[in-house]
Amino acid sequence: MATKVVMEALSPTMEEGRLVKWNKNEGDEVKAGDVLAEVETDKAVMELVARGDGVLRKRLANEGDASPVGTLLAVIGTADENIDSIVGAGAAAPAAASTANQAANTTESAGKTAAPPTPAPSQGEASTPPQPKAGAASGAPPAPRSAPPPPPPRPAVPPVQQKGNGAHPASPQQSGGRQRTSPLARRLASEKGIQLGGIQGSGPGGRIVKRDIENAKVSGGAGRSAAAERLAAEGDFKDVPLTLIRKTIARRLAESNGPVPTFFLTAELDASRAAEMRAQLAEMGDQYKASFNDIVIKAVALALAEHPEVNAHWLGDKIRQFNRIHVAMAVAVEDGLITPVLFDADRLSLWEIAGKARDLARRARERKLMPEEYTGSTFSVSNLGMFGIDQFTAIINPPEAGILAIGGVEEKPVVIDGQLEVRQRMRVTMSCDHRIIDGATGAKFLQTVRRYIENPLSLVI
Amino acid sequence: MSTEAKRPPAQKRSDKGAPGNNGADSASANDPTQTTPEVRRELLHSMMLQRRFEERCAEAYALGKIGGFCHLYIGQEAISTGVMSMIRPDDYVITAYRDHGQAIARGVSPRAVMAELFGRADGCSGGKGGSMHIFDAKTNFLGGHGIVGGHIPIAAGVGFAIKYRRGNQVCVCFFGEAAVNIGAFHEALNIASLWDLPVIFIIENNRYGMGTAISRSTANEDVIIRAKGYRMEGESVDGQDVFAVREVMSRAVERARKEKRPTLIEMRTYRFMGHSMSDAVSGTYRTKDELEENMKRDPILLLHNRMFEAGELTEGEMHKLDDEAKATAQDAWDFADASPEPPLEKLYEDVYADTSS
Amino acid sequence: MAVVTYRDALTQALREELQRDDRVFLMGEEVAQYNGAYKVSKGLLDEFGPMRIVDTPITELGFAGVGVGAAMVGLRPIVEFMTWNFALLAIDEVVNAAAKMLYMSGGQFKIPMVFRGPNGAALQLSSQHSQAWESWFAHIPGLKVCTPGTPADAKGLLKSAIRDDNPVVFLEGEMLYNTKGEVPDGEHIVPIGVAELKREGDHCSIITHGKMVLVAMRVADDLAKEGINIDVVDLRTVRPIDVEAIARSVQKTNRAVVLEEGLEICGMGSQVVDFIQRECFDDLDAPVLRVHQEDVPMPYAKNLERAAKPDAGKTIAAIKKVMYLD
Repeated sequence: MATKVVMEALSPTMEEGRLVKWNKNEGDEVKAGDVLAEVETDKAVMELVARGDGVLRKRLANEGDASPVGTLLAVIGTADENIDSIVGAGAAAPAAASTANQAANTTESAGKTAAPPTPAPSQGEASTPPQPKAGAASGAPPAPRSAPPPPPPRPAVPPVQQKGNGAHPASPQQSGGRQRTSPLARRLASEKGIQLGGIQGSGPGGRIVKRDIENAKVSGGAGRSAAAERLAAEGDFKDVPLTLIRKTIARRLAESNGPVPTFFLTAELDASRAAEMRAQLAEMGDQYKASFNDIVIKAVALALAEHPEVNAHWLGDKIRQFNRIHVAMAVAVEDGLITPVLFDADRLSLWEIAGKARDLARRARERKLMPEEYTGSTFSVSNLGMFGIDQFTAIINPPEAGILAIGGVEEKPVVIDGQLEVRQRMRVTMSCDHRIIDGATGAKFLQTVRRYIENPLSLVI
Repeated sequence: MSTEAKRPPAQKRSDKGAPGNNGADSASANDPTQTTPEVRRELLHSMMLQRRFEERCAEAYALGKIGGFCHLYIGQEAISTGVMSMIRPDDYVITAYRDHGQAIARGVSPRAVMAELFGRADGCSGGKGGSMHIFDAKTNFLGGHGIVGGHIPIAAGVGFAIKYRRGNQVCVCFFGEAAVNIGAFHEALNIASLWDLPVIFIIENNRYGMGTAISRSTANEDVIIRAKGYRMEGESVDGQDVFAVREVMSRAVERARKEKRPTLIEMRTYRFMGHSMSDAVSGTYRTKDELEENMKRDPILLLHNRMFEAGELTEGEMHKLDDEAKATAQDAWDFADASPEPPLEKLYEDVYADTSS
Repeated sequence: MAVVTYRDALTQALREELQRDDRVFLMGEEVAQYNGAYKVSKGLLDEFGPMRIVDTPITELGFAGVGVGAAMVGLRPIVEFMTWNFALLAIDEVVNAAAKMLYMSGGQFKIPMVFRGPNGAALQLSSQHSQAWESWFAHIPGLKVCTPGTPADAKGLLKSAIRDDNPVVFLEGEMLYNTKGEVPDGEHIVPIGVAELKREGDHCSIITHGKMVLVAMRVADDLAKEGINIDVVDLRTVRPIDVEAIARSVQKTNRAVVLEEGLEICGMGSQVVDFIQRECFDDLDAPVLRVHQEDVPMPYAKNLERAAKPDAGKTIAAIKKVMYLD
């Protein structure tokens, strides 16, 4: 009985790993749990341990090689075991059988292939058993391992809904690297915020079709959907047709909540001095009036100037940091929201920001903004303080690195130097795209925002 | 009886192309030899206007102001003028694609015809028809039609409608001698005779179907014999002689109005230009000598000589008539040139009629 | 509501419209004395006389042109082709004259007329007599094209066609004349250009017209037994096409089969599929499939003819395919 050593998914996001160092040589005795090699993941250098006892018969990867998760790296077996068929198949089609959550040292006994784990989206969903991408499902004859490439698989158990003799002559769904999805399924997935990558298509050629999305929804634990169905069953609702702007928001935000790995940082700032300043400015005359929002925008703009890593876009294959600072502010309009942009906000005076922001907000509500006035931002600010919201998280407007959500200013008891004081406090929450910003980066940026808001004179001098 | 009101005779200069629209009961119509000098001058003017108009069309075509196919009527004017002078405003005229001269002779505004040729908004067909599709509802001019023979059954249909309403109008249908070999001609003539329809079918025999001489296209060059096949009256006439045209028309019109019987008329003529503006005037299919020989029988020249010899037209008056014709053609040109292109939204109009009934 | 045949429904429409408007007349081969080759004009000669019910020689081009000319000067002709297979001889008058007259005259001459007659394959009439022509005429701007599949639609649409100020190509199903259905009593008008949802279901749409409506209904009945609910959209008119009705249905069911009697290439289904991909791209869960006559002239032998025609079996197979059930 041989044990295959494959590149394992050593971090939740890992798709491939680089073999840094072999700790065992061919011929070494190994026991389950022994560290076979060190592997650099996307996060750290991790240990790859043996999943079986025996002799390390064959190493298939060299130090320095990067291999996709699932790639056969080595074979552990008894000293006299014939491992040719395993080695041959592994060398020819390294990753064919595996996805991230399938990666493991899989034990293979002669004439029997272990069933790969069921992909998560279909778990517990009897109506559509998954169609394995390669290899055979439980109970099926073993897939030929020694004759690459494997023939197009046929599911051993056709989905219950399906009639006739099994499934479509499916090629692996990612043939050509492209996921086939029906237009409807793509739209439904987008609307429900379901990532297509985790779904096994049941249509011809592995096409993801409507029923796959529906099943993913059920098993994906989207309680929201169950609740929606319960509400729908009550019959007490009004269907509001989607306006164009609402559709765009949905698409954009779903895009954000899906592929954008977001984390959140919340800080409570002292806005007392900012409030004082506001009052003083208002006394100076209407032309000097500024809102908390204006103050925050100015503070954010100046902070961005100090933290260019936050003033950035995710471009898929690179991060683009901008030298100029264009801050978008979310404005609620009748049937949605729109984000007019204060261009070069760091170079504008507080009063210029105030004036422009008022004008933009007004015209946004009148639907009179030109496209160039609400596109091209490098960072965004959303303020719901005026609605009595203490604190909230905003959704990143991709490809931006982050968005700052501003809560309302309220009086709170605060201990300062051992004394209880009533201060004006404001909570801000920053949503950060982790692909661009790390926790510390975001925290430092928030510190700077705090410094400006708590020392508001710096915003006007 | 006709349900349509009789049109008052046109008075404007631009409508002068319709001379002697005196109605069937006019003495001059019943006896064409009894035309007055005034009527003869109108006939001459009508023919000269067509001639000058077509000459300007050739010029405009060369300048690119007129596009597409453009078939000129020069040389055949005695037919259009003679025929139109013998019918009433409430009669119907339908023709093929060599239609400018006939339209003007019928009384369609030269301005509207030229604007149509220029592809302008004020064209009689709104700029959508062009040279081959001159239509004018006001003068019952039912169009130039571009498919050889395709309009001949339509003429029978107009005759059917006249009979259906118990009217006493006639429908005049022009086509070339080459059309007698197409099926539609036979089907229409058979129906017209079978059903006693008041249609006058006029073969303008200019001896060439495009570039093919009649001897090369038609087994029996005596085309008028076709009338016999349909138990129809048939007559051949010198189409260069406007009086001969009027004479044969007077019989055909009477036959149509009184007996409801159709007539087939062959009018022998000659086209002085190429088949269309994109064809040579002479060359591979006819000789220059033949052309020059026939141009000696220019219908305008023949009428002019007759009036000159009778002492009822001086050279000065001739020049005056010619100046008038030229001025009308120039006016049509200027009008067409100034007319705007059809607005783009017209592209989608007139595809369907709004059904009101 | 009375149950009448498709033939009698057409006769009712003709009679009512002949009574209603004395500009209306019927012309064609054998329409008068013989009472019509398919008896659609039965009894009309006696009622309206020979000036309004007109027997013609066998001269399709000729009498089609006569109709156009009469329409041009204000009559409202109904021209019957004994079958649409013969109308090819007259196609110049339909396409070059009737369809374009209004446009090329700059709006001066409308052609309020109907060209009507039986369309499509009957039984064992072989290739020259077994053809569905709707896509030929639907291609032409200026024409309207009606393809009623039921007696009620036959009557209502023919009345609309006769009253329409445009040339209407009216394609009657040769195999439908004896079919029966309820026809509303009294004045019954079906507007041109409006489809009807003949049956509701949310699993798959069949978009169809003409004779194939009956096939679609049979298919829907059969599939209902398997728990598959079909939306049957009867276009009724193929020019103009009721795109909204198609979109409504496909947006609901997310899959469609387009069923037609005619041929595949440039068939009506080609156009319907184009509308669907344009209007419903994000609603589709499967490619739209088409069911149509095989791409061959119609053969004579029974078995070959059956194999060449679209039918319920082919339609069900297509539906299962778009539902990923095959």
